[in-house]
Amino acid sequence: MFAVVREAIDPRTFEGAIRPGDGAAVKFFGVVRDRADDGRAVCALSYEAFEPLATAEFEKIAGEARERFGDVALAIVHRIGEIGVGEVAVAVVASAAHRGAAFDACRYAIDELKRRAPIWKKERYADGSARWRENENVS
Amino acid sequence: MRIRVLAFARLREILNAAETALELRAGARVGDAWAALAEGCPALEEHRASTRVACNGRLVAPDHALHDGDEVALLPPVGGG
Repeated sequence: MFAVVREAIDPRTFEGAIRPGDGAAVKFFGVVRDRADDGRAVCALSYEAFEPLATAEFEKIAGEARERFGDVALAIVHRIGEIGVGEVAVAVVASAAHRGAAFDACRYAIDELKRRAPIWKKERYADGSARWRENENVS
Repeated sequence: MRIRVLAFARLREILNAAETALELRAGARVGDAWAALAEGCPALEEHRASTRVACNGRLVAPDHALHDGDEVALLPPVGGG
């Protein structure tokens, strides 16, 4: 499953991303934090995406993960729109025969998504101001 | 030729439009589209070096040749996740 969605991401809905017969599944949820990197209080993040290219990039990242780590099934879902503190902005689920490949693929997918998927976020602060934030080499 | 330009995030705000139509001479390249946009909106120019460009859903180089009806997307540095 590769998707950009507008509705809330419910962490419980990813059971289907675990392939029958696999022995390991790693789930990552990126959640809206209450503080910016500089310590300012955040009340929400507003995300937007170039949707066709974003989902194509998710598929491409999953293909690369299979080349690197072997037979791994990935699900990548990113929410857009305004997302409040504590809510899930992105979910990555990796399912594989063994945990090594599942952890590696999950980490690879979220790192690459942050590096290159055409998705943008604006931090909205408690004082009413806002600014666009680019991903640096934060992991 | 006439192309559609999609702008995202801060570029959308600078252009004050998510989508705009652009009239270009035949044989124009991505760089010419930038020049035409920056002429009407000089504040765009400083973002040119950091912006990736997609044409019809694929990333392209600044010398990519454009065609009538193309959809050109301006993608500033990303912030997903």
